[in-house]
Amino acid sequence: MTTTPALNGADLAWMMTATALVLLMTPALGFFYGGMTGNKNVLNTILMSFTTLGFSLVAWALVGYSLAFSPGSAVLGDLRWALLNSVNLAPGQSLSPTIAPVIYMAFQATFAIITTALVSGGIIGRMRFQAYLVFITLWIVCVYAPIAHWVWGGGWLGALGALDFAGGTVVHVNAGVAALVAALVVGNRRDYGRQAFVPGNVPFVLLGASLLWFGWFGFNGGSAVASNGLAALAFVNTFLAPAGTMVVWALLDMRRTGKVTAIGIASAIVVGLVVITPASGFVPPIWALVMGGLGAVPSYYAMQWRARTPVDESLDVFAGHAVGGATGAILTGVFAVKAWNTVQNGLIAGNPQQLLIQALAVAGAAAYSALGTFVLLKLIGTVMPLRATRQDQAQGMDPTQHGEEAYTGGEGTVLVLPEISPQPKLESARAKA
Amino acid sequence: MKIIVAIVRPERANDVLEALYRAEVRGLSVSRVQGHGGELERMETYRGMTVKVELTEKVRFEIGVSDHFVEPTVRAIMLAARTGEVGDGKIFVLPVEKVYRIRTGEEDSAAVTPVG
Repeated sequence: MTTTPALNGADLAWMMTATALVLLMTPALGFFYGGMTGNKNVLNTILMSFTTLGFSLVAWALVGYSLAFSPGSAVLGDLRWALLNSVNLAPGQSLSPTIAPVIYMAFQATFAIITTALVSGGIIGRMRFQAYLVFITLWIVCVYAPIAHWVWGGGWLGALGALDFAGGTVVHVNAGVAALVAALVVGNRRDYGRQAFVPGNVPFVLLGASLLWFGWFGFNGGSAVASNGLAALAFVNTFLAPAGTMVVWALLDMRRTGKVTAIGIASAIVVGLVVITPASGFVPPIWALVMGGLGAVPSYYAMQWRARTPVDESLDVFAGHAVGGATGAILTGVFAVKAWNTVQNGLIAGNPQQLLIQALAVAGAAAYSALGTFVLLKLIGTVMPLRATRQDQAQGMDPTQHGEEAYTGGEGTVLVLPEISPQPKLESARAKA
Repeated sequence: MKIIVAIVRPERANDVLEALYRAEVRGLSVSRVQGHGGELERMETYRGMTVKVELTEKVRFEIGVSDHFVEPTVRAIMLAARTGEVGDGKIFVLPVEKVYRIRTGEEDSAAVTPVG
């Protein structure tokens, strides 16, 4: 690598680390989601996250990044950086002053990928995999890129002064709303409301949540796009908020059922991380702890409520991420302190107007996400069926979509030998019969 | 000859095995089964979903014995498997028409009598 004076070694080192941390969140999410699905759909669910690392990433590198982050207009970037054109090692770019655009593109790619993967939680167990692959390839370009542009790429929400440090609206409100709309368009699993869908592997859920927390240090800390005090603030807030959420969530669980649940603890960690995401670089640490605690309440009750509706938004992406993201975005407008973030004050520090701007950003992102996801799925639905057949769902998505099983001892399997030997025998046997 | 089928609590299975060993009952097979014997259903909660677990885990013993072994076998199982709570299980004693030992071709009582 050529060393240019304006490239900062510490910033580069941190941002490369942060990129790797955020990348880990997508497979982590696969395990978080996979553990909550039944044993006949676990590979399908995990693959829904893993495949975004290929299909969505390719779309992002080819056009998504340029549409999201090139100057363009207030609504959308243009294609000047398409095909990774000018995504080079030059310092001094406005979005990434001390690191190279290549790293900035990669860092942002990991956000776009995990957001796409989050949507899959609404549609597990019934979507045809081919249709899903088309969906995630197009969604990252058509839905994620514009919203990212609005807030971070020089678009209208950023210009309005909306505070979203690491993606409360861009990532979480967006993914949560998209998951709900996708669940409505694709429809419920065949036995939803008649059968209990019991989690197949709760330890996977806990494993996924812990890896998500680890990766989230890069998600929030890296959003400073430098190795500086702001990154340290976001890092520590990422550390504190989920703790507050976990305590409140556990108490709510105990009050309701008398027991603290493992899935509850895992969910609390993720919700706490979601809530602090937009605020991580804007609020003092003590408010981060308070935000984490407060943030548990809306998502907790949203999950309780959703389970009683006829909507099979299977893994509660809406309750966890849209409700949690909106809570975090609004509370950012309450708790932001300029002395810490050098950008803007919130309500408590004497700037009530920020609350309105935050609400507007949430509403804007939610509206576009709903509309974009709806139109995209309807269009894909005209070309190919979105749903797996009832029979395929009953048999399990792993064997029917992927021709594999997650857990099998191999009992009752017979080796099918290569073409040469069994084929003629079979033919001659048929001829005799 | 009889075959004794006993369905017991999994947490008592080791006690049953030990009691059978002390009663000098040899030759049995064990399988994990699920069932319902009128015990209380267990409730589980996953986020907003509450499920009732109607089937409980049990262990099923199958023991082929000659007639004079029936009583000590039943007694051993009964004492080892009993907790006094609903859900302790059942013991069935069934007639057996014919028994063969595959290795030697011995029949009936000879086939269920342990070797040496």
